[in-house]
Parts: sequence; structure tokens; C-alpha cells
Amino acid sequence: MSDALQIGDYTFNSRVMLGTGKYSTLDQMDEALAASGTEVVTVAVRRVKFGEQDGPDVLSRLQGKYTILPNTAGCTTAEEALRTARLAREILDTPLVKLEVIGCPKTLYPDSAATLLAAKELVDDGFVVLPYITDDPVACQRLVELGCPAVMPLGAPIGSGLGIQNPANIRIIRELVDVPVIVDAGVGAASDVAIALEMGVDGVLLNTGVAAAQDPIRMATAVRHAAEAGRLSFLAGRMPRKLYATASSPLDGLISK
Amino acid sequence: MKVTVNGEAREVEPGTTIRGLLDAIGAPAAGIAVEVNHEIVRKAEHPARELRDGDAVEVVGLVGGG
Repeated sequence: MSDALQIGDYTFNSRVMLGTGKYSTLDQMDEALAASGTEVVTVAVRRVKFGEQDGPDVLSRLQGKYTILPNTAGCTTAEEALRTARLAREILDTPLVKLEVIGCPKTLYPDSAATLLAAKELVDDGFVVLPYITDDPVACQRLVELGCPAVMPLGAPIGSGLGIQNPANIRIIRELVDVPVIVDAGVGAASDVAIALEMGVDGVLLNTGVAAAQDPIRMATAVRHAAEAGRLSFLAGRMPRKLYATASSPLDGLISK
Repeated sequence: MKVTVNGEAREVEPGTTIRGLLDAIGAPAAGIAVEVNHEIVRKAEHPARELRDGDAVEVVGLVGGG
């Protein structure tokens, strides 16, 4: 049975999206990406440092192997995000963009108003916009109304590794929107991936949770298994929670009764 | 004449094209995008597009990120 993740016209068999930042080496990144089973990887747009053209070349490691999702990380205004998205499209010839407009340097929380503004402009300009947003159900609904084919609510602040801090909101978002919900940010370990997918969200995007693990390749492997386990558990349908015990073994035939 | 490249002032000869500038500063041949005064200049236009005094040029590529 096919259980693909469908985002607009894109179909993925893995429900894990992985960032490409913070690895010790590009070889380590290569191995972690492969171990995670991911098909979608994020990259950032930055000024070229001249004289370092022989330095690490992330793009050549990714092209042809993954769907590359450029982000607008670090942008703090809608205008910066629009410029960054267009520059990424010029480099990659892709309509995909992970839209990030940061409203607060300490929490890296999204600026929801600016994100909505930028999302509208980018959708109108032909982009396939995957917006990083707070775990606000209404903000997510508005983004879908603007034409985003998925929403990416945060589980916790970027790089915090705190896991999903407001599972009730993530559940509400999953119920209210009819596009894939990808939990982005705050996913700190494989268990967080399993929890997210078991809740019924459609995918996860993580970077630091893998890259900052003691052994990123092993964690990437764990993330792959956790995503599969979480998704299967969701599809299986968990038992209802009950306050009191129900014996698993028959009560008939007990000795000395 | 003076232009700004990635935030740094630079002296270039009048008539310098974007392609010429990229060659002079040793920019990578692929995987980059160029903006002049906030407008993207497509790669096909780099050889012909001449810079003007005061132009602000951004040359960007991709790096690892989340």
C-alpha cells in the first residue's frame, strides 16, 4: 500500500526532511542524509566569500540525489525573504522555498504577519511556498488560504531540541488544514520524530537534532526508523487512553479462587 | 568608478560587465546568483550587462542550513 507524502505536485516516500547545516564535515553530512532516508534537504542562501571558491561546496553533494529546498533563514523582513527566495530560484531553478521570516533573534520565532505577507507575494510569483510558522492554527489556516501546499509549524524554538511543546495545537492544526503539516524546529531526537508522526502530522524537518547529536549518522538512522514507527503507529490507530487498569491476562481460571 | 560587492566598496573600470566583475573577483562559475540594486540579473545577461557607478551588487550561493 502506498503511503506517500504529497506536497502539491511533489511526492515523497520519506516523511523526514533534513537540514544540511552544522555538520562537522561534508562527508558526515552525506552519510547522515543517506542514513535518514530523506528525500528533501534544506539549504541557505548566503553571500559568496571570494577567494574561497575551492572551499566546501554543499550543492554538488546534493544535486541529483535530493529535492533541494532552499530556505530564507535569517531574513527578518518580508522583503528580504522575497529577495532571498528569488535568488535561490535563480540558482536552483526550483519553485520550492521554505519561507522563514524571523521576528525575534532570541527565540527565532517567526514574524507571522511578515510571513503571511511574504507567502502571498511568493505564491503570486509562482513559488511553492512551505512556510515555517508558529503553532498557531489560525496562522496556518491563513497560509493555506493564500495557497501554501503545506504548513510547517514549529515544535519548539529552532535548535532548542525541546520536542513538541504544544501537542494540542499541533493536533488542532492537523485537524483544521487539508494540506500536509510538517513539524519544523525543536525536534531534538528520534523519539520526538516518532511522537510527531504518531500524532498524525505528515512529516518532520530537523537539522540540529541530527547534526548536533554525538553521532549524527546513528541519530539519522534512528530518525528514519522513528519516522517509520511513528507513521505506522498512527496508521494502526492507538487504543483509547483510560484512567484505570484493565488486565491483559484472563481473570478466569486463577488458582485458589 | 565605485561599486559595492557584497557590502564592500570596490573600484572597477568603466564598462566592466557583471561577467567581468565575477571573473575579477574569482566567483565560482556555477551555483551563484547575482543581484544589482535588488534586481536579479539572469546569468545569460552577465556578459552584456555593464555596471554603473554606485551599483550595489550581491553575489550569493548556497550553504548548509536548516
